Amino acid sequence: MLCYICKQKEATVHLAQIAEGQMQKIDLCDECAKEKGVQDVTSVSLASLLMGMAGAVEETKTEQHGVQCPVCGFTQADFKKTGRLGCSACWETFDAALHPLLKAMHKGERHSGKIPSKAADSMALNMKIKELADELERAVRSEKYEDAAQIRDQIRELESKLKTARVRT
Amino acid sequence: MNIEQLLSNPTEWIFNEGPNGKIVLSSRVRLARNLRNHPFPGWAKKAERQRALEAILPVVEALPEMKEHFASSMDNISAIDKQVLVERHLISREHAAKNVGSGLVINEKETISVMINEEDHLRMQAVKSGLQLKNVFKCIDKVDTELEEQLDFAFSPRMGFLTACPTNVGTGMRASAMLHLPALVLSDQINQVVQAVNKLGLAVRGLYGEGTEALGNVFQVSNQTTLGEREVDLVERLNKVILQIIEHEENARITLLEKKVNLVYDQVGRAYGVLTNSYTITSKEALNLLSMLRMGVDLELLPATTRGVVDELMVLAQPAHVQKAAERKLTAEERDCMRAELIRQRLSKISRPTMEQGPASKQDETETA
Repeated sequence: MLCYICKQKEATVHLAQIAEGQMQKIDLCDECAKEKGVQDVTSVSLASLLMGMAGAVEETKTEQHGVQCPVCGFTQADFKKTGRLGCSACWETFDAALHPLLKAMHKGERHSGKIPSKAADSMALNMKIKELADELERAVRSEKYEDAAQIRDQIRELESKLKTARVRT
Repeated sequence: MNIEQLLSNPTEWIFNEGPNGKIVLSSRVRLARNLRNHPFPGWAKKAERQRALEAILPVVEALPEMKEHFASSMDNISAIDKQVLVERHLISREHAAKNVGSGLVINEKETISVMINEEDHLRMQAVKSGLQLKNVFKCIDKVDTELEEQLDFAFSPRMGFLTACPTNVGTGMRASAMLHLPALVLSDQINQVVQAVNKLGLAVRGLYGEGTEALGNVFQVSNQTTLGEREVDLVERLNKVILQIIEHEENARITLLEKKVNLVYDQVGRAYGVLTNSYTITSKEALNLLSMLRMGVDLELLPATTRGVVDELMVLAQPAHVQKAAERKLTAEERDCMRAELIRQRLSKISRPTMEQGPASKQDETETA
């Protein structure tokens, strides 16, 4: 089998990826594989290769080479090079760029598995605060100011709870 | 416990036969986790990596599962010991390349290992012999829950556990089983099976994971995706697929015995002949022949007790294990000689395979007549 890129040398590196039920196969020769940074055939390099391919579209569309994580300083160019992110905050920073990638890579777009208990606690608090905020709005609209004041206090209490939960973790 | 004590212990999951142990060598589940306020290991500076290691290591060492354990920074483990750990599947090849700022904790039984600062801050895995993915998952899930009480894991309600690589985000889980599929290989059905499994979004890889050869007819089947499916559902799905592969392998063995019994006898007989008479042998040849011997045990051409000996040899015949046993640096040639010696020695008490002569020889006569 000949290399997918140079179409001259025998392909020795074979990459396979399942995306949306479709098997994509790329066969590369040693040299082209090295050039593309596929020395060790891990899913990581496949991901970056995939990024490289999707990259052309991404770049012209967003022109944001400069997006940089405010927490760790990681840039979009770094991601393109390594296929990995710099820190957990990068997941927010590069959300837009990651989205199409994740869609092609995974079964779904939302986590549906385990939730660590700490996160579950603050998620429940967040949910409750949101409910109360809606209630507050309704109370204000119907000019029930006494109720509204009470709800506001409840929200404040929950918010401070949420804050201490965050500090603790 | 030091590394010598750890490595001198027989690895429990290799020598014990688990459920479906004829075909499934082991089940493994690993979880990737990261700390919220530390950069990922690949991007972190040395001091930051060190800080993460110092935050994680004592917490892992204090786990009830780690009552008796080996713990070390990666720069304190020799190259050869790292390679032995890779051959036992206790650390990844990537982790073996790590030094200062990365660490490792393994329990005495070698059933739980936690890599610190591999690609993610934490890569924890549990492994058991045979097909028991659900038990293995429960085991590592408990470790994860205990660690989560002490450490602040990076988690988002939408994306799940945040990892350095987008391929692992969500559950951060990779569940896999190591399958011995000699009959599917001998009957040229393995490619079909691999393709069918791939279509289900599962990966089939060689003995040492991605990009490696299926030495000794050992294949690793695992999930590819980590986002959008619950852990238990994925484990269940993987389990079902593996049960089907087992069925295919069993059918292939029956068909081989019915239609190509001479091929089977020949492969098993030659494997025994070569392994008991060679004076220099590469690990690749050894693993492939041991695979045939293992199939011979399954087909009752060799006594059942031989399986343990063969499974042990499949580990001990690998390069770093041979090197380690020699206690000195060996050239490749010396290694091949020592390997041959070890195999001859271990197989010396095992009598040659007994083949039924009936249908096989008759078939031959009609063919030559």
